[in-house]
Amino acid sequence: MRRLRAVKDKTVRYFMLGIAIFTILLLIVIGLSLFFKALPIMKEKNLWVLLTSADWKPFKGDFGFLPFILSTFYVSFIAIIIALPFSILTSIYLNSYASKNVRRFFEPVVDLLSGIPPVIYGVWGTLTIVPLIADKIAPGFVEFSTGYTVLAGGVVLAVMIIPLLISIMLEVFRSIPKEMTDASLAMGATKWQTVKKVILRRSVSGIIAATVLALSRAFGETMAVLMVCGNIAQIPHSIFDACYPLPALIANNYGEMLSMPSYESALMFSAFLLFIIVVLFNGLSRFTLNQIERRYQF
Amino acid sequence: MILTNQHQASGIHDSFIELNKAITLKKLIATQSIRIENLDVYIENQHILRDINLTIPEKSITCIIGPSGCGKSTFLKTLNRMHDESPEVKISGKVFVDDENIYGSHVNVIDTRKKMGLLAQRPCPLPMSIFENVAYGPRIHGIKKRKAVNQTVIQYLQYVGLWDEVRDRVRTSATRLSIGQQQRLCLARGLAIEPEYILGDEATSALDPLSTKKIEELFVKLKEKYTIILVTHTLRQAKRIADHIIFMYLGKIIEAGPTEEFFNNPKKQLTREYLSGSFS
Repeated sequence: MRRLRAVKDKTVRYFMLGIAIFTILLLIVIGLSLFFKALPIMKEKNLWVLLTSADWKPFKGDFGFLPFILSTFYVSFIAIIIALPFSILTSIYLNSYASKNVRRFFEPVVDLLSGIPPVIYGVWGTLTIVPLIADKIAPGFVEFSTGYTVLAGGVVLAVMIIPLLISIMLEVFRSIPKEMTDASLAMGATKWQTVKKVILRRSVSGIIAATVLALSRAFGETMAVLMVCGNIAQIPHSIFDACYPLPALIANNYGEMLSMPSYESALMFSAFLLFIIVVLFNGLSRFTLNQIERRYQF
Repeated sequence: MILTNQHQASGIHDSFIELNKAITLKKLIATQSIRIENLDVYIENQHILRDINLTIPEKSITCIIGPSGCGKSTFLKTLNRMHDESPEVKISGKVFVDDENIYGSHVNVIDTRKKMGLLAQRPCPLPMSIFENVAYGPRIHGIKKRKAVNQTVIQYLQYVGLWDEVRDRVRTSATRLSIGQQQRLCLARGLAIEPEYILGDEATSALDPLSTKKIEELFVKLKEKYTIILVTHTLRQAKRIADHIIFMYLGKIIEAGPTEEFFNNPKKQLTREYLSGSFS
């Protein structure tokens, strides 16, 4: 009986270890298969040229990925710049100021927002944000804009990542011990002083982690961005130019290019690129987070 | 502040009279200390504190004892209005601090809290350096000059006997201190807002005996200048340092009096039972 229990315990343990290894293997397998599919184009062209050239003429054999890479970054960064203040202030309000009833109403709504399918955000963006930019905002800055722009992509993406940011930040704020905020309040600090000097300060690493997660999500978001950002392979010179992020490139063209081996390989290369960007970005941010935590062990 | 203004406005002689007046006035007020009238506290319709009437003598240590859940901590929180942060708490009655009802409509909660230095059960340094922890209070109350802040920080770190232990690392994180040092830091932080009262909520229950002893010695030293109110779990601690004891049970004050009298000659049956360890 005792032996049976020990055997069971071991079996369960190794079974779960296997499952865990499988999950990690999946990441490696995906990375490797993308790499091998992208290998032909990397052999055919100079890697540096692929990354820095802005010429995208697949039928002539010119594959420059710079416009797509830049578009991905531009759209994501605009999204995060818009989303961060919104979500930080909202989560501070919900955490420190709002009454229980307000919180009880808001939190499920935030969760609901993050559950809405991207295509709906895309449609909404096309119907409201795009015309708004074309008719109201862009004319103040440039002569002509269709509205399908970097800005539209950024705004729609911001709306999509705000719920994600809010729910992570609420979690981060909630992890602050009540004794700590009480200590500040008991000394006669106002709520706002406590928020500024204790809550935010204590949450720096958590906010950075949330930002990284949201950015990774933004890099990869396909459908909603694809619907509003114009999809023209050019380097956008202002936020009122159309752009063409990597995920949109893959989604729009995969399936059409089967007749051209180099084109297929080029698309696989862009997928591999996106994969590397997200992995590198995550690794880098984990590293910086560790550094921050080590330096300010609070 | 007011005194110096008047000094500039009128002659030296006038200001001297004013000064004397102010001192006597202050003394008069100070002797009132804390007076509580008909205090009732409800938390989510539970009657936690029942009809508390009490005067806490100034410049001495008053220990509140009683079994867990009798309302000791709740009582302490009514003194610096920390219940304001929990909407489910309802309070009725009057708490006079320096002859002013702190639950009066015109009272600013920040002024009330500034008078009360709180020492919590577990030391809880703020997420900043040792120096900034002590500088926090003066800074939030508007002291900006670096020299003044530096002086205050050093003064109170010295007062709690921490300065020599941390002087070469005051800019490092406060969480790296030992837990006993952290509690002394929290005391210094509380003193730096220049309160009149010190509230301790089982302030030594998380500490080792040696750190406990240090904190207790500080309390005894502090009672020359401050009125100290401590919630404590250990009877021996109350016996060691208290001048007055308040014994609470189920939200009521059962007995209150000078320490010696309380321990040697308790008047109530319940007190005798508690002291003999029949319940805790």
